[in-house]
Amino acid sequence: MVELVYLARLRDVFGSARETIELPEDISSVSGLLEWLRTRGGAWARELAPGRAVRVAVNHDVARGDTPLKAGDEVALFPPVTGG
Amino acid sequence: MPVRVQTEDFDISREIATLREGNAAVGAVASFVGIVRDLNDAARVSTLTLEHYPGMTEKALSAIADDAKRRWDLYDVLIVHRVGELKPTDQIVLVIVTGAHRGEAFAACEFVMDYLKTRAPFWKKEQTAAGSRWVEARASDDAAAERWQDKQQKSG
Repeated sequence: MVELVYLARLRDVFGSARETIELPEDISSVSGLLEWLRTRGGAWARELAPGRAVRVAVNHDVARGDTPLKAGDEVALFPPVTGG
Repeated sequence: MPVRVQTEDFDISREIATLREGNAAVGAVASFVGIVRDLNDAARVSTLTLEHYPGMTEKALSAIADDAKRRWDLYDVLIVHRVGELKPTDQIVLVIVTGAHRGEAFAACEFVMDYLKTRAPFWKKEQTAAGSRWVEARASDDAAAERWQDKQQKSG
């Protein structure tokens, strides 16, 4: 199981703050997860399309496309930050 | 090396006094206070709501403070960031850096803010007369943070 967390504008457009998913066996990295989420269509396909500014953190550390995923991870998806 | 995320306001005088308490070697204190403005992208802002990602936020702020201490000879770095609902003229963020000399304190303070703006997981939502909207990230903030990547790290 992987815990997905959606923050700020992405939480609004996905209509969900978090969900627990069973990671398909052939998905082992952040880019694979995003590709899989895009197949949900609608806002998922639109917001996670290649070239869109989506940031990802795995277990509270900034992640890249090739960052590996494993069961028990917390994966957060969010827009570029705007604090300060 | 404290970092704090809080809804309450802060008092810069008290924070500076606490940070340099008991250290007579401190010769310079540089600080930055960010304030909520009433105008952004030509729209009057009535309320600003600050959201963050608990757990990651503290980790990201601590990493920025650690990075500053690696780059410059500093005694301490304090970062305080407010979350929740804020109004124009409210204080939103505080950075205080203590060191022996002003050059390092000034530089480190600016560095911490530049990195915070692009790396710490905070998001602003503005309420205006036209409704609410998420604030978009600015390319100029990315450029400000990138300046530091070429700078030489402190030797020794």
